[in-house]
Parts: sequence; C-alpha cells; structure tokens
Amino acid sequence: MVERRPFLTFIQHAVLILGAAMFVFPIYLAFVASTHTAAEVSGGVPLLPGAEMIRNYSLVLGEGISAAGAPPLWIMLMNSTIMALSITIGKIVISLLSAFAVVYFKFPFRMLAFWTIFVTLMLPVEVRILPTFEVVAQLGMLNSYAGLSIPLIASATATFLFRQFFMTVPDQLTEAARIDGAGPMKFFRDILLPLSRTNLAALFVILFIYGWNQYLWPLLVTTDESYYTIVMGIQRMANAGEETPQWHLIMATAILALLPPVVVILAMQRLFVRGLVEVEK
Amino acid sequence: MSNIQINNVRKTYPGGIDAIRGITLDIADGEFCVLVGPSGCGKSTLLRMIAGLETITDGSVSIGDRVVNDLEPAERDIAMVFQNYALYPHMTVYGNMAYGLKNRGVPKDKIKVMVDEAAATLGLSEFLTRKPAQLSGGQRQRVAMGRAIVRQPQAFLFDEPLSNLDAKLRLKTRVEIRDLQQRLGTTSIYVTHDQMEAMTLADQLVVLNDGAVEQVGTPIDVYNRPASVFVAEFIGSPPMNLMPGEIDESGLVTPAGVVAAPAGVRHGAVTIGIRPEHLHPASDGPLRLKVRVVEHLGASANAHGTVPGHAVEMIASLTGADLPAKGETLGLTVAAENLHLFDPETGRRLH
Repeated sequence: MVERRPFLTFIQHAVLILGAAMFVFPIYLAFVASTHTAAEVSGGVPLLPGAEMIRNYSLVLGEGISAAGAPPLWIMLMNSTIMALSITIGKIVISLLSAFAVVYFKFPFRMLAFWTIFVTLMLPVEVRILPTFEVVAQLGMLNSYAGLSIPLIASATATFLFRQFFMTVPDQLTEAARIDGAGPMKFFRDILLPLSRTNLAALFVILFIYGWNQYLWPLLVTTDESYYTIVMGIQRMANAGEETPQWHLIMATAILALLPPVVVILAMQRLFVRGLVEVEK
Repeated sequence: MSNIQINNVRKTYPGGIDAIRGITLDIADGEFCVLVGPSGCGKSTLLRMIAGLETITDGSVSIGDRVVNDLEPAERDIAMVFQNYALYPHMTVYGNMAYGLKNRGVPKDKIKVMVDEAAATLGLSEFLTRKPAQLSGGQRQRVAMGRAIVRQPQAFLFDEPLSNLDAKLRLKTRVEIRDLQQRLGTTSIYVTHDQMEAMTLADQLVVLNDGAVEQVGTPIDVYNRPASVFVAEFIGSPPMNLMPGEIDESGLVTPAGVVAAPAGVRHGAVTIGIRPEHLHPASDGPLRLKVRVVEHLGASANAHGTVPGHAVEMIASLTGADLPAKGETLGLTVAAENLHLFDPETGRRLH
C-alpha cells in the first residue's frame, strides 16, 4: 500500500514493535537470567543483565550440571545436531526420491503408493509412538543415533511438497532432456535438483527445526546419558529431583540450545533470498 | 542428413480414441516439410511420435535407413524445438546448448568449439553466459534453435516454435529459420496451425484433418488446387468463398448468378469455391455482392458482404483506387479456370 499518513505509520510501527517485544521478551528474560548467580535469580529474575555470564556459560559448556544428571552441554548439542541433521537430510533424500518416483514413473499401484504416503500425514507422531517404540526396541536401536533419527525420517509432508513442485515443472523440459540424452537419474540430478534448490532450502530450515525440537521421542529411546539431546536435557535439569532447579544454568543452556537453529535459518535465508532474486521460470 | 519415411502410422490412445488414423509420408533428404491443420488434428502427436515422445501404435517411422519405432528420443538423432522453448532455466545459454553434447560424451574442448560455432551462426555469442530468464523472447527462441543445431542431427523437429513471439518478430524469425535450414540442408518437420507460416516455409505442405492427411503437395499446388473443401477453407487468407451451386446445360448456377462452368465436370449439385482475389469488379459481371464492410489493407482491400437475396457470405479482395462504399452492390466476374468445384457430399475436388 502506498499511503502517506503519519498517524497510520505511527500505529503500524507501534503494533509491530509491541508484537516483536512480546516475542522477544521471554528470550531476553532467559538471557538475563543466565548472567546472574543462582541466588540472584531465585528471588525473581532481574531486568538487567548481571556479571556472571562467562562463568555460567563456561560451566554448562564444560562440566555440565552433574547434580541434575545431565552430561556436559557440548555432548548434548552434538547429539542434537547429529539427530537433527540425520532427520533433515534423511527426510529430504527420501521424500525427493519418492516424489520423483511418483511423479515421473508409471508403475502399478503408483497412486496407491502416493495415497499411502499421503494418509500418514493425518497421523501425528504421538499416535504411532508406542508401536514405533516397540519396533525400535525389538531392532535393538535404543540408545543409538539410528534409533533417534531413523523412525522420524519418513515424511509425508516433504514428499507431498516435492510432488506438487515436480508437477509444476513443464513436461516439455522433461522431453527436452530426453531428447538431449539425459536418462531419468541424470534428469533428476542435472535439472530437477537444481530447480528445487529454493524448495530444498526452505524445507531444510523447517525440517532442521523439527528435528532439533524433538522432545518426546528422544526421551523415550535414550536412557544412556551420552545420547541425551539438548531439548530433553533442559527438561532433565528442570526436574532435578529434590534440589532447587539451577535456573541460571538452565537458562544458559536454553540460550545455547537456541543458537544452532538460528544459525541454520540465517545461513539458509541467504540461499532463499538469492533464489528469489534470480527470477527463474 | 537423411530422409524420413512415415509408413501407415497410427496412434490409438487408451480408450480407443484414434489420434492418428494411418498416415504415410515421405520426406526427402534436406526437405522442409510443414504439417498444418487446426488444433486437435493430430499434427503435434505425429511430430512427437517421430521424436519418440509418444509411442507408435501401428506402422513404422524410419529416419535414414533405420526404423526408429523402438528407439529412445536421444538415439534417433533428431533435435526438437518446443513451443515454449523448454530451456533449462538454471543453466546458462552455453550450458543449455552444451547439455546434449555432454550427455553424449563429447570431449569438453570439442563441445566448446561446437557451441561457439552454433552460437556464432545464430548471433548468440555475446549471450553465452546469460541465463534464459535474462533473455528476450526472440533470443530464447534462438537459444532453442541453437540447442537443436549444435548437435548436427539428422533432422529438426519444430513444434510451433513461433507462436510465443509477437507478430513482427515471428515474420523475421520465420525467414531466419528458412534461411538456416537451407544453409544447413537438414531435413526438417515443422508443425504449425498458421497457414501463412506453412505456405511460406514449406517445400512439402501436409494438410492434416482429424488424424488423416487431407492433401500433400508444394504450397503452390495446395493453394491452386485444393483437394477438398477442408483444404480450400484452411489454406489462404482471407479464406476461400464457398457456396452451393449446380451445374447444368446453362453453365454453373451460383446463388450470385450464372457463370461458365469449367470443362469436364459432371452435372449436378456442387460446392463452389472462389478465392477472394480471383473476384474482379465488373459492372455487368454475373456475380453480385452487397458490401457490408470494407477492410483497407494498404496494397489491397477486402470487401465483405452477402449475395443479395441469399444468406451466402462472400469476400472479394480488390486492388486499385476505385473501392466500393458500404451498402453498395458490386458486380463481379471470375474466370472459369479460377473456379474450384467440390462434391457437396464427400467434400473432394471434382476436377
């Protein structure tokens, strides 16, 4: 809208600032809490950062909160990263290939295959979590990275999105590639994949955050501390039995747990923007 | 370079729809063959069958001395130019032209030589590093041409390559395509629904109707002696005037008047065809036209109107300064050799 009305501009900005503040405030509070001592936080979080930042962060990163039964933070961060990346990459690879198969190949029961995938969209993870746990336990995948990531890899959403995208790619492009002597996999690699680049970036961000934020599943399949992920680690710390939760350290952990998804978003956003600026048909 | 033989080719889609009902064509080496017809006549289907993008239900297609029915498109040694160009959007112009060669395992340095040469032929040298999105419609069309000629295939297949261009550019590109094809001497098949394009480009013109060949011949032959009412209506702009008539002892009785009948035509009911430019004004002419609209085209003018007392529409293409006004009744004559007579039942030519 091209409107020049100072009052409206003021209202618009006020609403935006208020909204942004509402979203940022809890994070700010967590950050502030992570820079104080336990004693200072226990009576209510002050509104200004304190002086204990370096000490708190080096404590959680290095030693972990032994009393809370959580391993050092860097292990949990690494576990989370491995899990989130395996889920993301696995989901993207599988859904790309299955969408490619469903859209470009004619085989018996093709639509049945697609609808089977599609129907699973309607089942949330929580519904199938018990049978999935049973299967994973029987396969001996408890307490392993495989157990953490493989059951979450199948993705109806991503398959569906890629299918929709592939269907918008003009048939004549496929035909031109056939005449140019590109076999199916070559066409997939040389043409379909580069064209999907912006979609890939978007999905990577969404799926990475999905993987990173997994809570219930890691909680179920890991009992070994060395496989704890950061999100469940925070929960462990908060429920530290008899003791008072060490809120200043928990908050420091939470802030650190925020960083990898933020990094992924920032990195991928560049690709996003580049994909949008180069208008390609 | 080689000839293309299409032998009694049929295409039946699942559900029993016959798209192509047995077409036989022989396209000589280096010939420019244009398939023309209204939409849905099967011209694109036939082209795609030659390209290998559609399966052939029955009959055979040979390129050179090979029957290509069961070969992949890439193995048929043809190149195709698509209506929407189908350029790979993420590749540069160079990449687009090189892709087919790369897939055939041509060494890199040789690819460069071939692409550079093709680009120079088409005046694309300065655009090689651009992406298709950064090119104009005409330039994209040339890249699509470049992708076809760079491989030096046995045949070019064109699927309405000019229909996305504006009128002026279409005219220019039409000449360029013809010029290029003559220079390279590559056998070409070109599909269009534009009869003007078909007339100007073709060595051999094939008029298709409803999955079958209506007429094959040089453009001038097809124009001068249309084999059926369908061809007569389709080829020529403005279209041929058609009206019912009858031949008896007095000559050819038309709704507009009686004229001398061409020799050797049986008596009885006929469909008469007269090209607008063959109608000449003559105050005592046997044909009458009540003028409704006059279109001035510069070099000539088209007088649209009806035959007085009949519902028959007629167009006369007139030259010269003395043009009729709206509402005037015009006297017209036509020479007997310029009459086309068709059987009203079958639509076939009678003489």
